[in-house]
Amino acid sequence: MRRTALTLVLALACASAFADEGARNGEKLYRVYCTQCHGLQGNGKGINAAHLSVQPRDHTDTAEMSARTDDDLFKAIKEGGKAVNKSVLMPSWKANLSDEDVRALVAYLRELCCRK
Amino acid sequence: MKSSANPFWTLLAALCVPLAAQAGAAEQAREQCAACHALDAPEPGTRNIDERLTRKAPPLYYAGNKFRREWLESWLRQPARIRPAGVFPPAHAKSTPQGDVIDESTLPAHVALPADEAAAMADFLMQLRPFDDRLAAVRYQPGTISLRMGQMNFSKFKGCDGCHRDAPDVGGVSGPELHSAWKRLQPQFIASFIADPTAWDPNTLMPRMELNDAEVARLADYLKALQEDGS
Ligand code: HEC
Ligand code: HEC
Ligand code: HEC
Repeated sequence: MRRTALTLVLALACASAFADEGARNGEKLYRVYCTQCHGLQGNGKGINAAHLSVQPRDHTDTAEMSARTDDDLFKAIKEGGKAVNKSVLMPSWKANLSDEDVRALVAYLRELCCRK
Repeated sequence: MKSSANPFWTLLAALCVPLAAQAGAAEQAREQCAACHALDAPEPGTRNIDERLTRKAPPLYYAGNKFRREWLESWLRQPARIRPAGVFPPAHAKSTPQGDVIDESTLPAHVALPADEAAAMADFLMQLRPFDDRLAAVRYQPGTISLRMGQMNFSKFKGCDGCHRDAPDVGGVSGPELHSAWKRLQPQFIASFIADPTAWDPNTLMPRMELNDAEVARLADYLKALQEDGS
């Protein structure tokens, strides 16, 4: 019993350490690929935003972002806006990023939207 | 100076001057350009996000597969901004209450070369051609497209204007301006880069879209039409 509890605690600690590492890598990927449109703060106001006919999603908008599952976000990033009935201005990143990269980005988006 | 009158020496000098100038340019490139520009290819297929995060200048190791020589020589004499927000845009952006803007103070002017050095440097750079085979395989024949159709395709349908300007003040700013792309770049390079930017640069900020040959040609033809329009 004690053993199981300990294993569980360890497993949880490890899982959150991994999630955290994912988010850190995600933060770097986000800076490189996404801030050009979504902004240095993730608020949808990147340097390209003023030139876009559809405004990039504000990733700090807790209500909007909470309305999407991790799978929704994964699909939007990997397949692009068109695949989720959104604007073509949101590119598909599947050829540039690995699935692992996209998962790291989703983990980081979860921090951006909802850490307080 | 008896030797200079001798036809043998005259001939040798005529042969050696351009060669010497080019060797000089190679050395100059190592000394004055390599601090910012990559002159050697990275390991094939390596993706390295840290390299992109800290990149100071566009890679030049395939310059001979990319640029038109005339453009290269004249740009080196009189460089003008190509990337409105620099080579790594997030490093040149700052947040304001209205949204992010380009921080011009972080974008210094490029070094300019005197005419003779620019010519020798252009000759040297045009020899850097590791991707001749890739370009030879490109099936693009320059054609025509109306400006109106081309513009609509570039923006509405393909979303290229999200990151690129197709006129001096129109379009996104994180990518190189494309209104002078046709003057700057070889047509086959344009087609090849649009079809697969990740083949040229595994760390590129440009998404690789799935475009067929005809779609690539329409986009490249639009860049050509922009040049012919004189903008
Ligand atoms: C060229 C500009 C551009 C770039 C670069 C870009 N996006 Fe977007 N993104 C947009 C636009 C515009 C929208 C809004 C689409 C709409 O609402 O129709 C959007 C929407 C989204 C959405 C929300 C989809 C939804 O369900 O509402 C997510 C998630 C997203 N982007 C993630 C990313 C990530 C992660 C990156 C970097 C890998 C990225 N974007 C890069 C322009 C961009
Ligand atoms: C301090 C860093 C730095 C040094 C040193 C430097 N460059 Fe550059 N170079 C840049 C940057 C930054 C750009 C991008 C300019 C732009 O997009 O407007 C650039 C752009 C270029 C371009 C156009 C590349 C492209 O893909 O559009 C060429 C050609 C070039 N440089 C040649 C040279 C040569 C030759 C030298 C040496 C004599 C040199 N540079 C030295 C930073 C540098
Ligand atoms: C998310 C931003 C983005 C989008 C969308 C985008 N590009 Fe790019 N593009 C770039 C960047 C950035 C570069 C320079 C390479 C780098 O720094 O990664 C580039 C480079 C290029 C080049 C080579 C120019 C040079 O001087 O090196 C061409 C040609 C080009 N893009 C055409 C297009 C076309 C056509 C489209 C639409 C199908 C498009 N791009 C969509 C960001 C983008």
